[in-house]
Amino acid sequence: MSCHVTAVAEPIEEKIPTPPGATPRMRTVALIGPPNCGKSTLFNRLTGMRQKVANYPGVTVEHHSGRMKSIGRNDLTLIDLPGIYSLATYSEDARVAVEVLTGKMPGVPKPDCVLLVLDATHLNRQLMLAAPVFSIGLPTLVLLNMSDQLEARGGKIDTLALARELGHPVALISAAQGKGLDAIPDFLLRAGSKLDDGLRPVQLPVLQSAASCRSWATQVTARTKYQTPAASLWTRRLDSLLLHRVFGPLFFLVVVIAVFQVVFTLGQPLSDSLGNLLTNAGAKAAMFLPDNWLRALLRDGLWNGVQSVLVFLPQILLLFLFIGILEDSGYLARAALIADRVMRSIGLNGKAFIPLLSAYACAVPAIMATRTIENKRERIATILIAPFMTCSARLPIYTLIIAAFIPNQRFLGGLLGLRALLMLGLYVIGFLAALITAKLLNSSVMKASHAPFILELPQYRWPTVTSLGLRLYDRGKLFLKKAGTIILGVTFLVWVLSVLPIHGGQFSELTSSVIGHLGHWIEPVLRPLGFNWKIGIGLLSSIVAREVIVGTLGTLYGMDPATHQLGLQVALRHDITLGGAIALVVFFAFAMQCTSTLIIVRRETNSWKLPALQFCYMTTVAYVAALVVNQVISRLF
Amino acid sequence: MNVLALSDAKVGSAGVVERVDLPDEVSHYLAHLGFLPGTSVEILRRAPAGDPRVYRIDGVEVGLRNETAKHIFLRVISDTADIPPTATIEAA
Repeated sequence: MSCHVTAVAEPIEEKIPTPPGATPRMRTVALIGPPNCGKSTLFNRLTGMRQKVANYPGVTVEHHSGRMKSIGRNDLTLIDLPGIYSLATYSEDARVAVEVLTGKMPGVPKPDCVLLVLDATHLNRQLMLAAPVFSIGLPTLVLLNMSDQLEARGGKIDTLALARELGHPVALISAAQGKGLDAIPDFLLRAGSKLDDGLRPVQLPVLQSAASCRSWATQVTARTKYQTPAASLWTRRLDSLLLHRVFGPLFFLVVVIAVFQVVFTLGQPLSDSLGNLLTNAGAKAAMFLPDNWLRALLRDGLWNGVQSVLVFLPQILLLFLFIGILEDSGYLARAALIADRVMRSIGLNGKAFIPLLSAYACAVPAIMATRTIENKRERIATILIAPFMTCSARLPIYTLIIAAFIPNQRFLGGLLGLRALLMLGLYVIGFLAALITAKLLNSSVMKASHAPFILELPQYRWPTVTSLGLRLYDRGKLFLKKAGTIILGVTFLVWVLSVLPIHGGQFSELTSSVIGHLGHWIEPVLRPLGFNWKIGIGLLSSIVAREVIVGTLGTLYGMDPATHQLGLQVALRHDITLGGAIALVVFFAFAMQCTSTLIIVRRETNSWKLPALQFCYMTTVAYVAALVVNQVISRLF
Repeated sequence: MNVLALSDAKVGSAGVVERVDLPDEVSHYLAHLGFLPGTSVEILRRAPAGDPRVYRIDGVEVGLRNETAKHIFLRVISDTADIPPTATIEAA
């Protein structure tokens, strides 16, 4: 057989003193492993909070990199490769991995060594990736992850025997619990100083054939007396409940509704308190400044704008917390299984559900997560409909309008509120727009595809506080960065445009400023929607990012002598009708007011055609829907 | 021998994968999940809507639509799923 393996047994545990003055010329370490092997957890462990690329929700779609500071190797960059089953280049992910490992990826240095992470509880299958990775010829450390689960479920591995069989050092670790990680710095030291680890190269199977890799893996595990752990009883029991014919979909619905209820009933008071805190802080700080243009700029131009956006941080973090719990616990895959039937009827599969659910937080990571959809047509369809999902950037304007215009009425003994109901309605219309768009795409432009739906169901796990915390920290940082750069820039620009031109050393009145003219100029187009020129300016500024409109409106009403004494909500109630207000949120439910999304779509599809089409289509839908809503409501009330 | 399409096998039954009649790209992917001749497979459950169904292959649970599973064939060994879930029979 071609996959006969020979190895010379030699001790690998002999202690080798650190050579004095050894200056390894290593720079880069690659981290590779199949999906669901716990690779991301390990990456977080090794790099801590010092990752270079933001960690998007969903699956790892890009190689993130970070310094290995947590193990005292700040000189080394760890590259996180996409989770893949094999190096056969059927998928984009595998192509990326091969290019990085062979040093052909532009802009990424060739790795000096490799950390191969495998799930110790499924070794027969996971070892199939080892052969092609070894064949690249880099020093490789095999990390058998999830040692805790292996032990708990009665599995056994002889790592020494396995190392001899594989010709590469092997360590048993638990990335989740941080156990066994000492093996990594040891390995890096040896690899860096080119020390012999006493292992001889082995003969590898025919790499192109999955069957031969598989039979090689099975023989290796058999010879090393690997004992497969018993199936997790808990996972089976939970699944018979959570995938139950009646209880399953019911639980699914409860989860989705609970998420939204908590985000708004718990998030709202938190946002309010943060808002009060920021207003007071701003007012106190302003007292120390002389009453001149600088104070006006700082308080009216900058602080107000940023503050209006910052207050939404609590709700956004709550949403990310929920998505994190669903994903880390393993329920998200079950949700995909339950959703597949519905997704199929619109020409997508259950896998699109995960990106689409992420799109409820932000379309940018969602569109990047569509890389896990192997079929290109389904992927493009998912990219096209994802921005219809109600992302967190819509929440600021939704909450503002709802708080200002909708009475806080409650039904069903206080369980459901009118405000929550309208919010839910906005989520629903976004979702319906996505469904209809997908259906249109499926029946016309893109014919139904026959890509198979293959979904791995991971074991249920308790989400760890560390992993959830890291996720929230990432999200929060990303959001604040956005608030601190793009949004600040736009609010500042809007403020400048709203005080220029200067007449005789005096700022312009709002209505005679540049922006006032611009707003008045587009007002005729927006009038039938129930929008005035201030809303028009808000819409123009929010093409950068949806949440910008709240900051802009805050600035505009704050500077208008007629309304600057009023809070933003009261000012809005004075200035627009109920029809216009509801039309505004409906406009935001459909419109593509997000430059970041457009840029990501351009990058993912490698053409401007799709983002341009998406922008025109979504804006048209938004305009027509807002028009209808305003006309209907203003006739009814 | 009693060879059935995976989609026709009853929930609760178990067997050994006989062959996979799917395009290269798909069967390659399935192979890495364990769908290779000789591997034991168990029909675990259906999704609430009846399709897809969940299969336990080589210790891993995988969801497949019936439209895919009908191209995978198994030799039924047990109708009550009491064979050891990890037993692997070497390919001939």
